[in-house]
Amino acid sequence: MALRAVLEVVVAVTEARRIHYGLALLLALLLALAAPLVSAATLPEDNVDMLYHRYDGGGMVIDGPSVLVRKNAGPQVSFTGQYYVDSVSAASVDVLATASPYTEERDEYSLGVDYLHEDAILSLGYTNSSENDYEANTVYFSVSQEFFGGMSTVTMGYANGWDDVGRVGNDNFSEEADRRNYQLGLSQVLTRNSLLGIDLEVVSDEGFLQNPYRQNRYRDPNDSTSFLYQPERYPETRTSTSVATRALYYLPYRASIRGEYRYFTDSWGIDAHTVELAYVHALNNRWTLEGSVRYYTQEAADFYSDLYEFENSQTHLARDKELSTLSGTTLGTGAVYEWKQTSLPGIKRLQFSLLLDWLNFEYDDFRDVTAKGDFLPGEEPLYSFDALVTRASLILEY
Amino acid sequence: MRGVSLTMLLGLVLVLMSTAGCSDIKPWVKPYERDKLADPVMSLSRHGKADVYMHHVYQARESARGSEGGSGGGCGCN
Amino acid sequence: MTRLLPLLMVGMAFTGLAMMAQAEAINVPAPDFTLESRSGENLRLEDYRGEVVMLNFWASWCGPCRQEMPLMDELYSQYKDLGFTILAVNVDENRDEALRFLDAVPVDYPILYDPESRVSELYEVQAMPTTVMIDRNGNARFVHYGYQPGYEDDYEQQIRELVRE
Repeated sequence: MALRAVLEVVVAVTEARRIHYGLALLLALLLALAAPLVSAATLPEDNVDMLYHRYDGGGMVIDGPSVLVRKNAGPQVSFTGQYYVDSVSAASVDVLATASPYTEERDEYSLGVDYLHEDAILSLGYTNSSENDYEANTVYFSVSQEFFGGMSTVTMGYANGWDDVGRVGNDNFSEEADRRNYQLGLSQVLTRNSLLGIDLEVVSDEGFLQNPYRQNRYRDPNDSTSFLYQPERYPETRTSTSVATRALYYLPYRASIRGEYRYFTDSWGIDAHTVELAYVHALNNRWTLEGSVRYYTQEAADFYSDLYEFENSQTHLARDKELSTLSGTTLGTGAVYEWKQTSLPGIKRLQFSLLLDWLNFEYDDFRDVTAKGDFLPGEEPLYSFDALVTRASLILEY
Repeated sequence: MRGVSLTMLLGLVLVLMSTAGCSDIKPWVKPYERDKLADPVMSLSRHGKADVYMHHVYQARESARGSEGGSGGGCGCN
Repeated sequence: MTRLLPLLMVGMAFTGLAMMAQAEAINVPAPDFTLESRSGENLRLEDYRGEVVMLNFWASWCGPCRQEMPLMDELYSQYKDLGFTILAVNVDENRDEALRFLDAVPVDYPILYDPESRVSELYEVQAMPTTVMIDRNGNARFVHYGYQPGYEDDYEQQIRELVRE
């Protein structure tokens, strides 16, 4: 009965947003075909997940806390609530080129419910994120089904987001963006020591997809030694597809290696590859150390240019460095202390992690206009930066 | 684009279902053989929200998005 | 809406049909076995003929097992004088893990070790935990797969029923 109620809510919500017919068909199929199997999925334990995060690099410092509380209500239902903050202090190359450094804060609230039915977990959630010039709302629904004796888990998800884009100092500026995510994942046990995951995600956007503050530049027709700025102009739709595969292997001693590969392509002409390798090593019963290497590379969007030859030279204009040809390398390291079956009152499990990641980004066709020295337009040094990401996480199961 | 992808999804799910439900292949890793799979060193989402946070870090600086595998786990370990 | 609902209803109907409960009533002889117990002595199922046996398969890494074991311990102390016992078969490969778990979740009923999964295979254990209720004549009468809060009530009801026979 409760499942029916959840589904009806979902149908109402999704129909309201004209969800694709195929997704509902898949849901029904999944529920129908995968249910008659013995074993039992479980809901996550009640827990509090606290995180302090800090990003420092490229002129940006972003930090803040995140707190998530999960509480079961009976054997089949589990609620979550999360509060997340980004405190931003911005003086990046984009900001310095055309504006002044600023600070702002983004607050995010999420509510979710998970419903366990046989070997399936249905999840429904809502997230609101707000800044002084941007408001984002997202609803999501997912169903995760175990089958084949618990060796396979299929997860299907759908999310829909509505963003309101504003602009500080211009009360008349108001734009909207709409986003839909379709996710399909398979997690497969291969052997007693290995696990394989395959994910597919299609995202489609519609509306105002650019950053209202960013600008692009073109050669000054009256002075070949300088350039002028003009507003960005992006397409109003974007569809992207990503496919990822990840494998985990348990080594002959208590340690694991993980490999991941992701391919990404979108309707703006961007192709990207991500490769990651990670190693987790248990020192003893409670301490583990981890290390990882990640490499990312992308081709620029078709309409991207660091420097246009003249004003309004094409329909779509962008000099957003995230759309340029770039590569990124991350070196990650971490230490985890886990205490199962604690003797602390009311706490069943405690896990503390300290994680440090060093990121480096190199741009192939984005030049640093703030570089000191006399450079002709288009001859400035290519931009690059690095950043340090720190995460301190405490998870308490109660 | 979207139509094609959903057809792909449908095909994939159907293949999975048919191999799971209508064949003689039995699950070869038994529920009592999952010590190692249940070990936290084999978790794809051990750090909870700290893992999700990294996805945000990358999404803000790279064009690629999606398939981050946030759902994690799935070893059927109970 | 009108075209989506029938589809979902079909899905629901199948799901309902498939609601083969996580507990099954059966009546087959329980295969005999001998395993080393926590106290060091070997215990044999046959030797419990005449008693009601709750045969439970568990692992240190199994979350639901941790939930049900203290509740099982209550059942054990309540019914052990009425011709009832629990035999809890641990399936961990590494016994130290089981011992560490038992330090934190102490129970009084006998623990057996099956690191090579011989008995788990014999009983075709399909979920963790799995519980088999065996009557005084050595017949397996009920099987439970997994554990969810509330199963302990079913356990108790079945123990009462079998103890009375």
